[in-house]
Amino acid sequence: MADNNKEATRDRYGITLVELAREDRNVVAMDCDLGRSTRSYNIAEVDPNRFIEMGIAEQDMISTAAGMARCGKIVFVNSFAIFITGRAFDQIRQQIALPSSNVKLCGSSAGLTQGPDGATHQSLLDVALMRMLPNMTVAIPADGNQTEQIIRTAYRMQGPIYIRLSRYATPSLINDNIAFELGKAQVIREGSRIAFATYGPVLSNVLAAADELQKQGIEAGLVNFHTIKPIDVNFIESMAEKYSYIFSVEEHSIYGGLGSALAEIMAGIQGSSKTATLLRIGVQDTFGESGTADELLKKHGLDSGGIMQSVQQYVFETGEFI
Amino acid sequence: MKNNLDKAGLQILEQKTTQIRWELLQMFSHGKAHHFGGSLSCVELVTALYFYKMNYTIDNCTSPDRDRFIMSKGHSVPTQYVALALLGIIPIEELPTIKQIGTRLQGHPDIKKLPWLEAPTGSLGQGLSYANGIALAARLDGLRFNIFLILGDGEIQEGQIWEAAMTTSHYRLTNVCVIVDRNKFQSQGEVDCMMGIEPLLDKLSAFGWQPIHVNGHNLAEICQALDLVNGMQDRPIAIVADTVKGKGISFMENTFKYHNFNLTIDQYKQAEKEIKGKLSFFDRSQEDTRGR
Repeated sequence: MADNNKEATRDRYGITLVELAREDRNVVAMDCDLGRSTRSYNIAEVDPNRFIEMGIAEQDMISTAAGMARCGKIVFVNSFAIFITGRAFDQIRQQIALPSSNVKLCGSSAGLTQGPDGATHQSLLDVALMRMLPNMTVAIPADGNQTEQIIRTAYRMQGPIYIRLSRYATPSLINDNIAFELGKAQVIREGSRIAFATYGPVLSNVLAAADELQKQGIEAGLVNFHTIKPIDVNFIESMAEKYSYIFSVEEHSIYGGLGSALAEIMAGIQGSSKTATLLRIGVQDTFGESGTADELLKKHGLDSGGIMQSVQQYVFETGEFI
Repeated sequence: MKNNLDKAGLQILEQKTTQIRWELLQMFSHGKAHHFGGSLSCVELVTALYFYKMNYTIDNCTSPDRDRFIMSKGHSVPTQYVALALLGIIPIEELPTIKQIGTRLQGHPDIKKLPWLEAPTGSLGQGLSYANGIALAARLDGLRFNIFLILGDGEIQEGQIWEAAMTTSHYRLTNVCVIVDRNKFQSQGEVDCMMGIEPLLDKLSAFGWQPIHVNGHNLAEICQALDLVNGMQDRPIAIVADTVKGKGISFMENTFKYHNFNLTIDQYKQAEKEIKGKLSFFDRSQEDTRGR
């Protein structure tokens, strides 16, 4: 853990991977020359034979992992999120998703927080790519504790899962008394009229924005969608009924991520029930660039100030609110 | 295990190849597009693996230490379907359901529907990596068996094959054995014209493999090369098998035209006649009673 009890999800992943490797000799990890960054190399302290270096060859890694899984291994494959999901998409489609291989895809340094490396290394479309694959589960932890919950769940479940990890250190965000269940949205805060739907470490900025709204007398709800697939359809339907405005906030393109998932479900709601207006906050139809994580989040309106501004722009300025 | 191939053994294998070509034709029939060329070119290779080399029978086909065969060029999976049928693992009556809605016999291998196919392939270039994964898992578990795969000569244009070829030799996975079905044609033309792959033996050697060149329709040569594979060699073995695309049906030979082709009834009858002629030297009463 870093200063002020902040922790990056990739760090807790490395710790949990070691625990699982000690508990089960079938747990193995593979990486493409990024093992010390993704933390997958930690497994070598348990058993160096269970860390398999694949060189800079993501496609080969994914197919090899599928072969190992076929023989009963529980394989955690690792690279930066953009390389795993983008470079090896066809291998994931044919050899992981289609046969439901028991492979855990761990995409590290996701979103904008791979900051200084720029557009080539930032992953703003990985959730969209993985979400459209049948048989695939997609989960994103918001903090350290949730990382451990998701990694342990991934280990226990049979079949493929994409886990999106970040190098961005955040404080512990989710109270221990909020239950975790894969596929079930978590209510972090109840509200009225306005609610945020979000996932991943950017949750810390959404919380700060909700606090700021509270000072202005607005009680904004906050829901953590740590599982983007399978998405919690029932919860979204009830949310659409309860609130007037739903803001999705994600460190991802506004195309194909949580905002799109909400739109797909809300568009399908039948009958006369009242349905919330959905507004999607995220990276617009653009690539990233070099900068610090904080600078990039601010530029794309994903810091607490930017989120507040979006709420003010879309809700207060319409004049119909309060 | 069978170590030597005597004259009688060789004759049995040769009959098996004719039987496989006959069953391929029965399965494909006419009026629907099928991958004739590549399925026919690898018949001897598949025969030598399933009926000579591999520790693989209906009794051990789910055992963790069975040998494995992967059809990396997934479009030639019909030949594997026939071999599995002749082993009694899938009913021979099921073969004509190939590519029909609801069938287990998908156009390309689906291991969820038919686990005996060992690997999901079809989108090319992924089989060798998958085989390496099986070998790595076996090593961790202390299991000893061989993994064989057939690659197309067109398929090795895929870069992932060469990533995987590095991995096999880097980790000394010498129980992985590659057979390249060098039939010299791919979907749209001659391999040499589309994207040359030569000098293939030198390339394999440079990647840390022991290349062995055989006539891919000469069972004695194929079996002799396979005899060298035991997982104990210094280098993984790559058998480069020179074959004829469409082998066994004269008008399909040495052209890419029948890579994926829909036969007319006249063409089908002609093909059937050619294979039938070779079938006659052994008892084909079994084939004839199925009333096709």
